[in-house]
Formats: sequence, C-alpha cells, structure tokens
Amino acid sequence: MILLVPILIITLMYFMFQNVPHRPGAAPPFNNACLILLGLFPLFVMFIITAITMQRERALGTLERILTTPLRRLDLLAAYGTAFSIAAAAQATLACIVAFWLLGFTTAGSPAWVFVIAIVNAILGVGLGLLCSAFARTEFQAVQFIPLVMVPQLLLAGIIVPRALMPEWLHWISNVMPASYALEALQQVGSYPDLTATALRDIAVVVGFAVLALCLAAATLRRRTP
Amino acid sequence: MPAVLTAAGIGRIIHRMMSSSSDELLRRGVEPAISIEHLRVVRGKRPALHDLSVVIARGTITGLLGPSGCGKTTLMRCIVGTQIVTAGSVTVLGHPAGSAPLRRRAGYMPQDPTIYNDLRIIDNVRYLASLYGMDARAADAAVEAVGLQDHRSALCANLSGGQRTRASLACALVCHPDLLVLDEPTVGLDPVLRVDLWEQFHALARAGTTLVVSSHVMDEADHCDDLLLMREGHLLAHTTPTQLREDTGCTSLEEAFLSVIRHSTASAAG
Repeated sequence: MILLVPILIITLMYFMFQNVPHRPGAAPPFNNACLILLGLFPLFVMFIITAITMQRERALGTLERILTTPLRRLDLLAAYGTAFSIAAAAQATLACIVAFWLLGFTTAGSPAWVFVIAIVNAILGVGLGLLCSAFARTEFQAVQFIPLVMVPQLLLAGIIVPRALMPEWLHWISNVMPASYALEALQQVGSYPDLTATALRDIAVVVGFAVLALCLAAATLRRRTP
Repeated sequence: MPAVLTAAGIGRIIHRMMSSSSDELLRRGVEPAISIEHLRVVRGKRPALHDLSVVIARGTITGLLGPSGCGKTTLMRCIVGTQIVTAGSVTVLGHPAGSAPLRRRAGYMPQDPTIYNDLRIIDNVRYLASLYGMDARAADAAVEAVGLQDHRSALCANLSGGQRTRASLACALVCHPDLLVLDEPTVGLDPVLRVDLWEQFHALARAGTTLVVSSHVMDEADHCDDLLLMREGHLLAHTTPTQLREDTGCTSLEEAFLSVIRHSTASAAG
C-alpha cells in the first residue's frame, strides 16, 4: 500500500495532464505537479502513519509499559524515526524511478536532490506526527490533525497560489511553516541545474524543523503520567 | 460467619493486622524490597491514595486486595514509577521507584493486556525481551511458562481474553526480574491454569523474586504470604491469610475481608 499508492497517484496525474496544452518552451504542467507530489507526499503519509501508530501506543498502554524497561526515550524516537524513514525511502525510491524513467518526468537539477528532499520531508512528517499524537486522545482525534496541521501547511506552501501573491499576513504565516521551505527547495531543484544556495538553506530549515519536532515529541514522552 | 466484635476487638484487630510475615523477615535485618512512606497520590481532582505507608520484604508474595477503584493499580504504578506522586516516597530495592537502575530489575504487567495485536505472541515477547537486553531463548522460555507454546505464532488479535492476559504476563516474566508487579494476572483464566501460574509465582518467590500481585478474587489471597487490604485509597490492613482468619474469626477470606471493611466503615463513622 504505502509503496504503491504514490506511484498510482503519479501515474493518474500523468494521464490527467496528458492532453493539457502547454506553452512551447515552458515546462509541461505535469512536471510541476509531479515534483510537488514526489516531494510532499512522504511528509503527508509519514505524518498520518506516525500520528496514528504513536497514538495507539499511548492509548493501548504499550508506551507506558515499554517506558518501564531500560529503553531510553531518545532510542524510542530514533527507532521510530528510522523505521518510518526506511519505509519513506523505499516509497520515494519507487516513486522517483517510475516518475523519472517511465513517465518522462524531468528536473533541471539532479533527481538525487528530489530524493533527498523527499526523505527530509518524511522525517519532518514523523516528527510532527509523534508530536501531534501527544495531543490526541483517540485515533479519531489523531486523524483530525490531518486537516488541522497538514492541509493549511500545504495550501500556504504555495501549491495553488504562489506565496508571493498571497496577502502579507498569510505570507508571514507561511514563513513559519516547514512545508513552505520544502516546496521552495523542490522548485529550486526543478528549475536550476545546480543546487542553489536557496535550496540548500531551505533543506537546512526543514531539517531544523524536523529536529525541533522530534525534540518536542521527546518532551511529550513522559515516564510518569497523572 | 463474620465475628461480632466489640470496640476493643476492633482495636486489637487493627493492631495485630499490622503485623505480617514481612515484619518477621524485616526484623531479621534484610533490606526491604519495597518501602513506601506517607505516599499520597491525587489523580484528576480526587485523592487516589491517602498517606499510605508500607514495607514489603524480599522474596515474598504480597497480595493487593480490595474493591475496584480502591487504588490497587495506582499503588502498583507508584511502585514501577509510572505514576506522578503528590507526596511521600517509594523506595524499591534500595533505589527511588522508577529510577534507571530499577528498570532492568522490575517487571510490570498492567491490568489491560498491553500487547501489540498485529504481532504474533512470540514477537511481542521477543520485543520486550530485546528491550530488556534478553535473547530469543528467554522469550521462548517465557512463552512456555505461561502455557502458550502451542500458540506462539498466533496473531495476538485472534487470541481469547485469557490468552491475551497470559501473553502480557509472558512479557513481564521475560526479563527475570527481582521484582514482579502483576496487576490482576489471573483474571479470565481457568482454574487449572490459575493453579499452574500460582505454582510458578511460588517458585519465583522461592528463588528470591519479590511479587506484588493484585486481585479482587479473595480465594487467591491464600496463595499470598502477605495481604494488603485496601479501600478508598487507604490501607486497611497489612496481614497474612492465617492472621486475617484468626482475627476476624471467619473461615473464608471473602467473609474476613468483608468484615474488615464493615469494621473500618463503622470505626470511620463512629
């Protein structure tokens, strides 16, 4: 499932854009859409999976139980982060192979950077998911964090309306959201053959957000509860 | 028949009930397994434990008995160090409860079977084993100890209630702890298996493990060396099954417990 869904959606988009006319000289519209999907899908999926898994650990009592063992909290987070990142890496690898080889997707920059950004986004998704799981009492509530946390981020990142065209105050909000930087980095890789300073800065910002989210998540893992 | 007691009789009971087999062991100068002093816990807005003090000797089986909601689980969570404590101290095997050196030495089985439904029994136990730094053989032994070797590769989601409890118990046994805290380990088990498990608990205690076992089934109290009778966050008595029968004049522990509760209510009202 986790491996096939992104491929299917990218393929679906390929056919959606098949007959859409585009200006000669400009990149085909599928390219732009595929780039966004490749880069941001891991963020979205990993957020959902982590938030629900971790919420279940909390609600089931297994978290309390494993915290009575010698396991350190950072070990637990690192283990979760690694496991989900490996899943995300497999997902991104397959999606990139299909997009670049079979569907004629091209970027000006190296496909390796698209892959790197996808993985960084996945880790960010894991961090945000772990953090949000602390505030959900049930799996039902955990699911509700998707529209609350993920959707505004993705909208304000500039998927539909470019950030530059947004009102000032929305621009400011989007400035403090990690997905904005993730998308900008993707677009930079998509348009320039070399890795630009902006792209590098953006990747660093996303990594920073991911580390921050993981640290905050660690703070919500309490051995002692009321 | 519950004995009819006079006011003087109640005093005698309360006094004598605070002498248990623990006390004898402790008099011999052995360091206690658990020492709780003036423990107070508030959960939500309600006090869950009021100023509770008790000392439990090593290598004993202590039964934690009382009606549901009396604070058994809260007390157990204090001992394993997962409960936020308002006041007082809990010392386990010479260390503050929940501190790092204890995490390798204390096994805890929560009341609800806390196992992963999407894993097989053996994988659940192996996971806990690896967290304690034990190998796969320890996991096999623990699964066998709870009589689940025929189901070891069954998915936990497909297990019956009793099997789930046993799988959860195996996860606590796997680390060969010095202290085992078991919250209602025999709920939903058939009599044969129950006897079997109690034999194992006795074997563990003989080997030096300290066990704290909660139950609301009074006939299980007979398997314990010591009894802690609790009610509404108070420790009513720290006694032994024999002593409890003697003091209340009841033959069944069920009646004995009821009579202690009635007297505690009466003395609280009076």
